[in-house]
Amino acid sequence: MIEIRWHGRGGQGAKTAAMLFAETAIEEGKFAQGFPEYGPERMGAPVKGFTRIDDKPIRIHSGIENPRVVVVLDQTLLETIDVTEGMPEDGILIINTEKSPEQIRKQFGIKKGKIYTVNATKIALDTIGRPIPNTVMLGALIKVTGVLDLDTLLKNIVKKFSKKFSDKVVEGNVQAIKKAFEEVKGE
Amino acid sequence: MKVMALTGNEAVAEAMRQINPDVVAAYPITPQTELMHRFTEFVADGLVDTEMVLVESEHSALSATVGASAAGARAMTATSSQGLALMWEILYIAAGLRLPIVMPVVNRALSAPINIHGDHSDTMGARDSGWIQIFSENAQEAYDNTIIAVRIAEHPDILLPVMVTMDGFIISHTMERVEVLDDDVVKNFIGEYNPKYKLLDVKNPVTMGPLDLQDYYFEHKRAQAEAMENAYKLIKEIDEEYYKISGRRYSYVEPYEIDDADIILISLGSTAGTIKDVVDELRLKGLKVGGLKIRVYRPFPRDEIKEFLSNASVVGVMDRAIAFGSPCGPVCLDVKASLQGTSLSNLPIVNYIYGLGGRDITPKDIIKIFNELEKVRISGEVPNLPRYVGVRGEENYIEQKAKLKIKN
Repeated sequence: MIEIRWHGRGGQGAKTAAMLFAETAIEEGKFAQGFPEYGPERMGAPVKGFTRIDDKPIRIHSGIENPRVVVVLDQTLLETIDVTEGMPEDGILIINTEKSPEQIRKQFGIKKGKIYTVNATKIALDTIGRPIPNTVMLGALIKVTGVLDLDTLLKNIVKKFSKKFSDKVVEGNVQAIKKAFEEVKGE
Repeated sequence: MKVMALTGNEAVAEAMRQINPDVVAAYPITPQTELMHRFTEFVADGLVDTEMVLVESEHSALSATVGASAAGARAMTATSSQGLALMWEILYIAAGLRLPIVMPVVNRALSAPINIHGDHSDTMGARDSGWIQIFSENAQEAYDNTIIAVRIAEHPDILLPVMVTMDGFIISHTMERVEVLDDDVVKNFIGEYNPKYKLLDVKNPVTMGPLDLQDYYFEHKRAQAEAMENAYKLIKEIDEEYYKISGRRYSYVEPYEIDDADIILISLGSTAGTIKDVVDELRLKGLKVGGLKIRVYRPFPRDEIKEFLSNASVVGVMDRAIAFGSPCGPVCLDVKASLQGTSLSNLPIVNYIYGLGGRDITPKDIIKIFNELEKVRISGEVPNLPRYVGVRGEENYIEQKAKLKIKN
């Protein structure tokens, strides 16, 4: 089983990303849970989302305390909270930032895990036209973990977003995910 | 059958779409709101024939549902917490009028202090109101139980309202893999609703709920108790029929690794799933532990409890609610009462109260409980009062009691 924690600020779509990733896993025939942390959410406040994925039924219904993968949608969160809390020594940290993994490790004194970075906000602006990094990070997550298939994700995004958004926005999201998949860098 | 990614709320809304009730009345309350959002979308999209009644309170929601059901309609509502509390008066009326209403309840803590998260305080308070209560471990079970509940409620030898519960947020807002049956399969399973008595049958006029004093009130209440007994006999037949259409077999209780277990931990709802994982982990270390999930809480599965505890050395009972002033939590009271006067009267039972207001219950907490039960098994010293799990300051309370020489 893989457990993922998403950090974002209210409005950036951490919850949507957590749910969307679970949904994609289920579309792929896997078992999954996607759930947000509910509290007094406000636009801009730190929020968390969670995803579990497994090949067999998931019975546990506790919160996720030791996520193997942590995705950070907003690098300013690194200044205020310990995003690596509970993450094992060999965990994976994927951060939306214009900086390199080495710069991030040095600047914030992160001791554990393997760091990956991608400039998701810029990708979102270039492709979708709005600075919403959540779907972009899905592309990076898939590249780094290999836990799901890129084509299934893109198919699911098209299916889900077509109901709500214009073709342009849907296509923008598809391009954004592909770009993040290509551009994410590790140490 | 199709596989869908649904939250518990969405799964139950999906079941309601397939049930296609004649009337649904509802008032929004967290964490139930999303369930009715989804269902009212189905109404707006014309996917159901339901007359949707948006009312001004939960008291009215259940009142409208009672009215519709008495008129002869298949009627549903759903609620949580304070909403259920506000329905109080009408809960007893629905049961007393023997109206087969199905009501999903998304479990949430009761005020004060105000809290929107999941515990069982709301439905535990309604446990003796004459409603059948079925608890769901996950979104799949919430979906399945909602469909099964229609058949239970409407069975001519039962005719009682049914609450189908799921843990607020933990299940209601968690997306999971849910197998959804074909619409036709559900339609055939629940069948047409043809009530024997209905207020709108003007050729055969009846009155419902008239004055019923010392002369007959007691007989009607006695009959209601018998209906609950009938439910206890008949639910297994309906579960068996559901197994045939779904491949999913449900029972009053679900034992897990229980055959050779020395230590058995009883629970309701989502915690039962977490316990299964912990049981597997501890068994790898050689501890003979097992879990027992209660699915049908009312009528209480007294015979199954006796049967599955018969080889245990020590039992833990998890309560996600406090019965204030009672010797132990509600589930523990029922378990103890079921064993009283049997060969298991002296079976050591420890009550664990946990997870109030949505406080997380982790595998670590459950391991701790099993370890404590193992100590009880070896020492034979059984705590008398409930243990409170995962709460700050518990040590201080225990210390205070020790000073006052109160046992445990």
